[in-house]
Amino acid sequence: MEKIRLEICCGTTCFMLGADKLMRMETLLPEEFRERVEITGVPCLNVCMEESICRAPFVRINGVPHAQATVESVFEEIRKLLEKEEREDSE
Amino acid sequence: MISGAEYMRRELMIRLVRLFDQGKLDEELDRIPIRVRPKDGEASRCCVYHDRAVLKYRLMALLGMRCEEETDEAQTLAGYFQDADAREKAPGDPPLTVCTAGCSGCPDNSYVVTGNCRGCFARPCVFNCPKNAISVVNQVSQIDYTKCIKCGKCMNVCPFHAIVKTTVPCEDACPVGAIRKNAQGRAEIDFEKCIFCGKCFRACPFSAIMERSQLLDVLNVLKRKPAHVAAVVAPSAYSQFPGTIEQLFTAISKLGFDDVVEAALGAELTSANEAQEFLEKMSGGQRLMTTSCCPAYVELVKRHFPDFLQYVSHTPSPMKYAAQLVREKDPDAVVVFIGPCIAKRHEAEESGLVDYVLTFEELGSMMAGRQIDVISQEPWTLLTPAGENARNFAKSCGVTESVLADMTRPKCGTCGESGKCGENAENPCVENGQCGENAENPCVENGQCSGNTETPCGENFELKAKFINGIDRKTLSQLKLLAMGKDPANFLEVMACPGGCVNGPCSLHVK
Repeated sequence: MEKIRLEICCGTTCFMLGADKLMRMETLLPEEFRERVEITGVPCLNVCMEESICRAPFVRINGVPHAQATVESVFEEIRKLLEKEEREDSE
Repeated sequence: MISGAEYMRRELMIRLVRLFDQGKLDEELDRIPIRVRPKDGEASRCCVYHDRAVLKYRLMALLGMRCEEETDEAQTLAGYFQDADAREKAPGDPPLTVCTAGCSGCPDNSYVVTGNCRGCFARPCVFNCPKNAISVVNQVSQIDYTKCIKCGKCMNVCPFHAIVKTTVPCEDACPVGAIRKNAQGRAEIDFEKCIFCGKCFRACPFSAIMERSQLLDVLNVLKRKPAHVAAVVAPSAYSQFPGTIEQLFTAISKLGFDDVVEAALGAELTSANEAQEFLEKMSGGQRLMTTSCCPAYVELVKRHFPDFLQYVSHTPSPMKYAAQLVREKDPDAVVVFIGPCIAKRHEAEESGLVDYVLTFEELGSMMAGRQIDVISQEPWTLLTPAGENARNFAKSCGVTESVLADMTRPKCGTCGESGKCGENAENPCVENGQCGENAENPCVENGQCSGNTETPCGENFELKAKFINGIDRKTLSQLKLLAMGKDPANFLEVMACPGGCVNGPCSLHVK
């Protein structure tokens, strides 16, 4: 089974605007997600320029950027993806 | 997680840096409040229009202006920018300003009966009130405020938690009673009393107390380069950003600084000289000496207990020593101190040694605005890395530890102990149990410590340390007790912020 790719922006803008907790994601991940998610820290995703600055911090989940990310919103998104996968497997 | 107030402050700083780099500040500044709070967006206050009005004052403070000095309400931010852009010196004291449009005018400290009151049968509030100020009207307790003495007994005895204390967070946080209300009920700072500790700035839930930033001044000086620009970085910075100290220094240099210096190098001098000063004072018969590196504490003594000043160490702070180190190399250098502290802005101005002060928030915003990531940087080469003790100055008890280590360093303590010159001692002063005549710092005469010499033996004076870890309303009375000699301590370390500078008002709070 392919793992979900979670990329956390470690750019200074995201860091300044609240990503410090996201950067500790590895330790916060619930047991049931551990085997299913691959976390990497990545340099600035370059999506924080111009007006989208007020939507930082950003993370990328399976290549899709998510704005105003919190640990909770990221968990929610992972849960959705895993449920979708299970549905597809059972079909 | 960061608070909404921190988010807004940092977002505005990052926007300012980006517009500065694009050369668009004069035309775009007045549009920022609208861009941040568009008419269809969410409001933090009653409506986006109130938010925008407050944002204008936030930007004024970010340009280094005092909101209290507004004479023409119609003045544009572009107008303020012109004045700020033209100034050649940092905006001076006071470092704080109050945005009255943002102040909620919190009601005075009081006890209030809430809807949780069930008008119970036992009525402990009524029976416990020492002034008979509580009666039950229509099955609900009522406080007669003409009788209430705000003792809080009713709150403590209510089984339903129906009585609450209302607070004025800024007034409660201020350790010196410097905040009062103006005729309209909005907060006002009495700068005769203020010690610039920044506790109100942190406490206000409306973020109505703001610091006057020097961000624009530093951006300008890095662009115009009137001379070499050196950054002096406080040791509390090391735990702030992801990445190593060496990477952080490279990131700072990429902002345009010609040199990046550890303030901890200054801390080494502070520590060594403070140890020396302590020994001299103790041998001179003084009972007590306190640290002097926390500028909010020094202001507390100067403004509220001047008689205590005799006990405060005269040794300059690490920031001043580090600035001197920079100036020894290049007298014309522009020195920018980077730290977590508001009171340092006052100390910098008073000392004349430091030209500008940046906070970690401002530093982070500069790096964010220019997309400089600390963790992607090559390590900076620290030619002379500061010692661990000096870097620990930023933590509570760190200064004392460092001074203690310097006091007991094998200068004469070791020599005296064994009666022989310690071979490893840095400044051997005893030869064969006798004072070496050639020694630089003779301290032992006829095998005994002589009290009169310049560097008396450390071992004769036991350092009995006491710590004030965070200044609050009780601090002044603690100092008074110490002054009266009611405490055996002879060395007092004071940090205005609990835990030390690492928890300074402008730190990023990363654990």
